[in-house]
Amino acid sequence: MSQQTVSTLDEFMEGVWRQNPTFVMILGMCPTLAVTVSAMNALSMGISTALVLIASCWLISMVRNIVPKEVRIAVYIVIIATFVTVVDYAIQAISLELYDALGAFIQLIVVNCIILGRAEAHAAKNPPIAAMINAAGMGVGFTIGLLSLGVVREILGAGTLFGVSLFGADFQPWVVMVLPPGGFFVLGSWLLLFSTLERRKQRKLVEATQNA
Amino acid sequence: MHESAAQIFINALLANNFVLAMFLGLCPFLGVSGKLETAFPMGVATTFVMLVASLCAYGLNLLLAYFNLDFLRLISYIVIIASSVQLVEMVLKKYSPALFRALGIYLPLITTNCAVLGVALFQTAREYDFIQSMTFSFGGGAGFTLALVLMASVRERLTLSDVPSVAQGTAMSLMLAGVLSLAFMGFAGLGG
Amino acid sequence: MNVEALVPQTTPTVAMIRTLGLLSAICGLIIVASYQGTYAAVQENKRIAVERAVFKVIPTAKSIDEYIASPDGAVTKVGAGGTASPGAVKFYAGYDAAGKLAGIAAEGAAKGYADNVRILFAYDPVAGTVASFSVVASRETPGIGDKILVNKDFLENFPLEAKLSADLKTLAHEIRTVKHGSKANPWEVDAISGATITSRAVGKAINDAAQALLPRIAPQLDKLKEKSS
Repeated sequence: MSQQTVSTLDEFMEGVWRQNPTFVMILGMCPTLAVTVSAMNALSMGISTALVLIASCWLISMVRNIVPKEVRIAVYIVIIATFVTVVDYAIQAISLELYDALGAFIQLIVVNCIILGRAEAHAAKNPPIAAMINAAGMGVGFTIGLLSLGVVREILGAGTLFGVSLFGADFQPWVVMVLPPGGFFVLGSWLLLFSTLERRKQRKLVEATQNA
Repeated sequence: MHESAAQIFINALLANNFVLAMFLGLCPFLGVSGKLETAFPMGVATTFVMLVASLCAYGLNLLLAYFNLDFLRLISYIVIIASSVQLVEMVLKKYSPALFRALGIYLPLITTNCAVLGVALFQTAREYDFIQSMTFSFGGGAGFTLALVLMASVRERLTLSDVPSVAQGTAMSLMLAGVLSLAFMGFAGLGG
Repeated sequence: MNVEALVPQTTPTVAMIRTLGLLSAICGLIIVASYQGTYAAVQENKRIAVERAVFKVIPTAKSIDEYIASPDGAVTKVGAGGTASPGAVKFYAGYDAAGKLAGIAAEGAAKGYADNVRILFAYDPVAGTVASFSVVASRETPGIGDKILVNKDFLENFPLEAKLSADLKTLAHEIRTVKHGSKANPWEVDAISGATITSRAVGKAINDAAQALLPRIAPQLDKLKEKSS
């Protein structure tokens, strides 16, 4: 049997681009729309989720050979919940303001489908280092997705970026952007953009093969 | 809190709808809302799990507070939820195998539905008593079902309309959800 | 043909329990370790946040003592971060540099537009007024709900009258939020036009908390006047 060796960079980039959780797999929607009211919140949530992802995938990969397959989902969830609790306390220790801003969604990282999906699809079948790299890629991809929403919503909805005012005091913020409907609209717009770009790429490909 | 049960119910159902205002339960909302005949049973099943989870979370919280084990809250909540979903699966399999088959993979996925864990976490954070917790979870589940049914009805109609191909799929659903969310904002302040 | 090899092996129960037990132990250890490791830092953060909030609403205060007013009328001093049991109300007594009571601060919360609005308000026991308030946590609409912090007309509602009735059991007049421009009494809160829901939340939060707390501390004011060591 030949084994496909995937390069480390490929493992990492898989989560960032090809299988980006936000734009391609459409996973982890709840935090994506809820906490991206500002770029700082988006970044913090992304980093927290990435840390939980990496730590959980590491531990799950370490124990993958001794976990009975009948109860593996329950075990994965318990491991993920453990690291979410750790991150929860860590954020409280770092900044209570950030903790209040992110609210219940820190603890809701437990039910973020990305982490369970990664555990099942990858960490359970690969050695720890590979699992961690793949998890890191996913985490980065998710953070990029969150930031793409957070940056747009903050700039349009508050006129600031990471708290720094961009347009001065006379800027009339587009308030709906920081409200729930805005989240839906911005994400929908991003998906629309990617879909259009993909369509254009396909068309060019077809034209190229036709002209060849 | 001094909110009445009726206020909490109306609030969770409309003004602070779980899906359209609080962003809980979005994965199934975008995934299962394609057809009305799967959307409604999914909503009902989720509501049932939410009620069970809310009940258990209330009891669990009292226990944890008594023994000063607050740091085990998240883990115990998630274990309770996973068990509740198993229970619902077994009950459905026995008493309504057709529905069990229809819901398929989405039934175990209720475990990862943020709405269920969200109910438990929010009722703890807001320090609701027993009656308030039950009305909160029932209202939340009803709100989830309402949003799901509304979404499914529109999406079914949409399959017959002329949607530009770039927008088909999730992009359209999200725009739809945005409009629904905007509409629900009109309920603000309802219920006091 | 070995039939046994064709049957999928299920894990024996003992092995399953052993593995699950091991994993629970590992996870438990991780959680407890992180809880203990961060405990000191979290408590410190909470203390700093409380201090900042209380000093903001009672500007002349230089030190804070935390108290709990229990349902039976007793007022007991607690250490930083003590939580009130159901029915008891927590409040902060701010003392100036000379050790004299500068004001009492307490938290109140009420449902606003999006979620609960939590505020900290300062009560002047001598004048019988709510001197000022600040927002502890809110998810109100930016640009609309957060006007309660900056709107000049709204801030002019304070000091707000919060005198107790003759028998000291309730507030003489319920603190209510009224429509913008229709404030007729010093115990009413004039709402911000266009931000009625959030304004109402502030009024209700202050009223509910004051109704619960002020009757309990009125008989104990002498005890609180000087900073106890």
